[in-house]
Amino acid sequence: MNTLLTKYADEIRAILAKYPPEHKRSAVMPLLYLAQREAGYVTAQAMAEIAEILEISITDVASIVGFYTLYYDQPHGRYHIQVCTDLPCALRGAEDFLKALCQALGIEVGQVTPDGLFTIEEVKCIGACHRAPVFQVQGDGEIVFHENQTLETALAVIEALRQKAQQEKEGTA
Amino acid sequence: MSEYLILRHRAIPGLERLPVYLEHQGFAAFRKAVTELQPAQVIQMVKDSGLRGRGGAGFPTGLKWSFLPNDLWPHYVVANADESEPGTFKDREIMESNPFQFLEGLMIASYAVQANVAYIYIRGEYWHIAKWLDQKIAELEQAGLLGEHLFGTDYSLRLYTHLGAGAYICGEETALLESLEGKLGQPRLRPPFPATAGLYNRPTVVNNVETLANVPLIVLNGPAWYHNYGTDKSPGTKVFSLSGCVNQPGNYELPFGVTFRQLIFEHGGGVPEGRTLKAVMTAGASSVLIPMDESVLDTPMDYESLNKFGGSLGSASVIVLDDSVNMAWLTQKTVNFFKHESCGKCTPCREGTYWMNRLAERIMRGQASLREVDLLYQVARQMQGKCLCALGEFSTLAVVSSIDRFRADFEAVVTKEPIYG
Ligand SMILES: Cc1cc2nc3c(=O)[nH]c(=O)nc-3n(C[C@H](O)[C@H](O)[C@H](O)COP(=O)(O)O)c2cc1C
Ligand code: SF4
Ligand code: FES
Repeated sequence: MNTLLTKYADEIRAILAKYPPEHKRSAVMPLLYLAQREAGYVTAQAMAEIAEILEISITDVASIVGFYTLYYDQPHGRYHIQVCTDLPCALRGAEDFLKALCQALGIEVGQVTPDGLFTIEEVKCIGACHRAPVFQVQGDGEIVFHENQTLETALAVIEALRQKAQQEKEGTA
Repeated sequence: MSEYLILRHRAIPGLERLPVYLEHQGFAAFRKAVTELQPAQVIQMVKDSGLRGRGGAGFPTGLKWSFLPNDLWPHYVVANADESEPGTFKDREIMESNPFQFLEGLMIASYAVQANVAYIYIRGEYWHIAKWLDQKIAELEQAGLLGEHLFGTDYSLRLYTHLGAGAYICGEETALLESLEGKLGQPRLRPPFPATAGLYNRPTVVNNVETLANVPLIVLNGPAWYHNYGTDKSPGTKVFSLSGCVNQPGNYELPFGVTFRQLIFEHGGGVPEGRTLKAVMTAGASSVLIPMDESVLDTPMDYESLNKFGGSLGSASVIVLDDSVNMAWLTQKTVNFFKHESCGKCTPCREGTYWMNRLAERIMRGQASLREVDLLYQVARQMQGKCLCALGEFSTLAVVSSIDRFRADFEAVVTKEPIYG
C-alpha cells in the first residue's frame, strides 16, 4: 500500500495536475517536500512510494534527494537553524554571530541540541544580505526567515520554538 | 530616483493587493495585448523598447522571444526566480511587494509566444514567496484574468509555481529546465538552446523576474517612452542590490548609467566608520574585483562600460569592499561558494573548484607560501574556457583578479618560506 498516496490523495492530485501527464516525473520535487513535511526527513519508504507514483526508479528519487541541499535522508533536529555566512553576510559580522550562537547553544555546526530539537547549519546566500546577520529555520514543512538578528533575538526565536514543541508534547501526553 | 518603474510599491502603498494594482492600470497591458495586439506585435514592441535580460547576460528580450519556431508546439515560458547569486535580493522584493506586475509581465510574455502554460521556478529558500504567489494566482483565476478564453478570446493561460531545493546551479537556465523536469539540476550542452528545445524538449522562453516586470509598462506606454530611461544601449532602470561594507545596504532602482559614486555614496551612504573604499564586485560572487579610486568611481554602470575592467554588470549585485577586507580571505569565501555549488557534471569545474578551495584554505590558515598562491592562480587560469557552463568560469573571476590586483593581501597572510611536503 502506498501510504503517502492514501493519506494525501487530494494534495498529490493537485501537484500532479501542474505538469503534463506524460511528464509527471516533474512532480518529484514537490512530492519530496510533502514526504519531508510528514516525517522531518525523506524516509526510504517515502522514496519508494514516490518512485511508484511517478513510475521512475527509486535510484532516480534518491539521486534527487542527494543533489539538493534542502532535502534530508536522515533524521536531524526537528528544526534546522541555517545561518548564512556567505560573503556579503560575512562582511557584516555573520561569522561572529554564528560562533556566538553555537557557543550559547553549546553545540558546533552540524550538531544537534541534546533535546533533539535543533541542528545548526551554515548556509550560502539566502537572499537577505542587506539584513545580515540572518538565518532561516527549516522545519515542520516550512522555511521561515529571521533577519537583522542579534544573539538575543536569535535565542528568543529558538526558545519560542522550544516552547511550541514542549506544549505539543504535553498536549499529546 | 523619484520615479519607479519596477519597485512601484515604494510609491504606491498596498500595490501587492489586486484591487490596488487594478486601480493603477493593473492588467491593462495584458488586456490590451490579448484583445488588441497580435503576438508578433507584442514581440516587436519589446524588441523596439531595447529591453535586455536582467538575469545576468543582458540578452535582448524581444529577440529571444522571436526565436521560438512556430511549427513546434506547445511553447512554454519559465520565469527564473531562482535568485541565488550571493548579494542578490531584488527579485525577492519584486515578488513580495509588487507581485502582480511580475505576474502580468509573465502573462504578456506567454501571450507573445502563445504559451498556454507558464512555470515560475523559485528557489526553495523562498518558500514563503511561492505560497504567496500561489495565492495571487488563485485571485487572478477568480477574477477571470487567468484561465480559459480570456477576455472572450480563445487564448487560455495557466501559471504554476515550482519550488527548487537549494542548488545555485539551477539558476542557469538549462539546469533549471532539467530540475523542472524532475531530474538533477545539471546544465545541458548547448546548442540546442531552450528557444528551440527547452522544457520537455519544446520551444521555451526563460526570463528573469525583473526582466518580466518591465514588460507591462512597455506594452502600456510604448517602446519610445521606455527609452526615456537609462542609456542608448541599456534602456530602462535596473534594481541594484547593494550589500557588504556600506552604510545603507538594500535595493536601489536607478537608471542604467548611474555611476558607482552615485550608487555607493549618494544612495548607499558610503562605507562605514570612515573607512575607505577598496574594491567593488558588480555581479555578486561571480565578479572580478574592480579596484576603486576617484577615477573609477565615475564609471557609469551599464552592460558596456564595465568591460574595460574585464568585468560585467551581471545581475547588478554590488558588493562593496572597504580597506578592512583582505582579498585573500575574500577569495577563499568565493571559492568555497563555488566548490559547494559546482554541480559536478564536468571535470575542470568539479576538480578545479575543489583544488582552488583547498589551496585558498591553506593560504588563509597560514599554511602556504607564495608558491601556493601562484598555483591557485594557475589552476584558475587553466579552468578558464574549459567548463561546460558559466559557473566554472565565474569561480575563477575573483581568484584571478584578486591575485592580479591585490597581491599584497596574499603576501600578508602567507608564510615567508615555502612549505614542502
Ligand atoms: C551559474 C548561473 C546561475 C544563474 N542564476 C540565475 C538566477 O538565479 N536568476 C536568473 O534570472 N538568471 C540566472 N542565470 C542566468 C540564466 O541562465 C538566464 O540567462 C536568464 O534566466 C535569462 O533571463 P533574462 O534573459 O531575462 O536575463 C544564471 C546563469 C548561470 C550560468
Ligand atoms: S561548469 Fe561546473 S556547474 Fe557548470 S556543468 Fe561543469 S561542473 Fe556543473
Ligand atoms: S550573503 Fe547571506 S543572505 Fe546573502
